[in-house]
Parts: sequence; structure tokens; C-alpha cells
Amino acid sequence: MSELFAGLLSRSSAWGVALTIAAFGVGALFQRRTGKAWCNPILIGSILVMALLALTGTPYPEFKVSSGPVSWLLLPATVSLAIPLYEKWDLLKKNVAAILIGISAGVAVNLGCIVLLARVMGLDRAQAVTLLPKSVTTAIGMDVAEALGGMPSLAGAVIVLTGIGGSLMAQWVCDVMHIRDPIARGIGIGTASHAIGTAKALEMGEVEGAMSGLAIAVAGVLTAVLAPVFANLLG
Amino acid sequence: MNWVFQFGRILGVCFLGEVLAAVLPLPVPASVYGLVLMLAALKWGLIRLEQVQDAGRFLVSILPVLFLPAAVGVMDLWDELKAMLLPCAIAVSIVTALVMGAAGLATQWVRRRGGREHE
Repeated sequence: MSELFAGLLSRSSAWGVALTIAAFGVGALFQRRTGKAWCNPILIGSILVMALLALTGTPYPEFKVSSGPVSWLLLPATVSLAIPLYEKWDLLKKNVAAILIGISAGVAVNLGCIVLLARVMGLDRAQAVTLLPKSVTTAIGMDVAEALGGMPSLAGAVIVLTGIGGSLMAQWVCDVMHIRDPIARGIGIGTASHAIGTAKALEMGEVEGAMSGLAIAVAGVLTAVLAPVFANLLG
Repeated sequence: MNWVFQFGRILGVCFLGEVLAAVLPLPVPASVYGLVLMLAALKWGLIRLEQVQDAGRFLVSILPVLFLPAAVGVMDLWDELKAMLLPCAIAVSIVTALVMGAAGLATQWVRRRGGREHE
């Protein structure tokens, strides 16, 4: 039975994409029904896919190949974040100082906290530099981890988890810290949790989404530049 | 057909981003070069908004789905993750909340200060 299934899957090219969309759909439905923030469609959907792969004995690489077209769209979709940003150009220009200061503060807090965490918990250098770029987009973060001698694939996993964590916490953090300004919300969410958080920011509003998209690019570049400096503090 | 050409323009910018990432010796990925190039092209009128808007908005709207396969990839890295589970959990939760708060509050603070000076 499972051999027949495995044979069928390896000859099918559609199942990975179809399963991705179906699992996300179930996750989204679940969120709408329960109305709970933690029922994030990416979280629920990926757990469903993991369970299904484990049950049918399908190795992850097969799913990765078959769902390739989905991941392939990440590049054009990230580039398209320039469009909502362009539509909010005046807002960006008027607030350029606040935005740059905000993103810089976030990047510094991230790198500083990870260095502190690594020293307190006795992480080795490879582990610590793997966590350093956790708040930036996978494309930048994995490169940064690799360049500093970390584990790029693990960095990718931690980055995805950070994104999910950030989108789960976004509303709560903004409420607790009294961040009410839409620009500040977008910058906070994008700086902390890159594109996955940006999806949540887009739900909160157009301004939040555009600013969060901007923060992905700026925080990513800033982290790439500053991570080696902070890596030196690891001792 | 209009959507196809819009998608084609976006992919063209992606390709230019990939070229820059390959040529320039900075640790900046193609996606960030592409985002900046697209913004510059729109700003300088090389691409008009309506030439990319529909396809681009569609792509942005499906962004969350696109991360699902990468999230599933966590299952293959469980052994490495397990070795540093607690630090990872703290980094993902507490540090992420602190970063969000710091970036958001700093932005809000500067904006409010700026607002008062205008009055």
C-alpha cells in the first residue's frame, strides 16, 4: 500500500503544490472558525503536512521537490513588496528618520540579545551565529549564518519559526507596549519577523503592510552588515 | 494576457536582482536587490504602476502560503534543533517580542517628537 502510494507520488508533479494549498486552506478555515491568533494557517498547515508525510512514510525531500513551484514564487513575491511600498512613498519620505531609527534599534536589540543569550547559555560559536540572523528574511539570514560559520539550514528553520512566532505575537506586543501608530506597528513587525510577519501586518492594514515590507529589506541589509561585528563579541 | 506580461516584468526585475547578487560581493540576496530595483524603476517611471500592479498585488496576497513548504522543512532539522531547543525557543519568542517592541516604540517615539516640533 505504502509502496504503491510512494510510486504514485514520485510520478505525480502536482501533489506537493496541491497539498501545500490544501493544508493552508484547512489552517485558514481553522483560524476563521476558532478566531484564535495562535491558529496561524502556516503553523497549522505545516503541522498537517508533517503529520501526513510521517503517516505515509514520505521523506521531506520528495515533498520539497514537488512543492518547489510554491517556494519558487517567493522571489517574485518578495520583489513585489516594492509595489505597496511605492504606493505609500509620501508616507515613507516624510518619516524616513523615524523609520531608520526604529529599524536600527530593532536590529541592535536582536543582535545584542542573541549575543547575551549565547554567553549566558553557553552556546558554541556555530550555534550562536546560526541564531544571529533569526529576524531577517531567509534569503539574507541563511547567507549571513553561513558566512559566519553557522548552520544555514538550521538558520532557515529558526527564521521560519521566528516569523510564525512574530505573527502570533504581533497584536499582543503592539497592545501591551502601546504601539498604536500604524507606521510604528509595521516597522516593529517587519523588523522582528520579516515576510511571515508582514503577512500579518498586511491583515492589520495597508500602511502596516507596506512599512513591514520596507523593514524586511532595511533590517536584512543592516543585519548582514552588523552581524559580523556582533559575532566578534561572542568571545 | 495582461497578467502574464505583468508577471514577466516582475520576473525581469527578479533576474536583474539575481545578476546583482552574483556580481556584487555583498551578503545581500537577489530578493532585496530586486525589491530595491523595483522601487527605483517605479519611482523613476521606468515601470508604471499599472504595468505590474495586478500581478504584484496577487503575489503579495499569497505570500503566507509560500512559506509553508519551508516551515515543513523544520521536521528534517529536528536533531540539530533539539540540541539547542531552549535557546532557540527563547530567541524565537522573547527576543522576537523585544525586537518588535524596540523597533515599534523607537519609530513611534521619533514620530511623536517630530510631530510636536511641527506644532
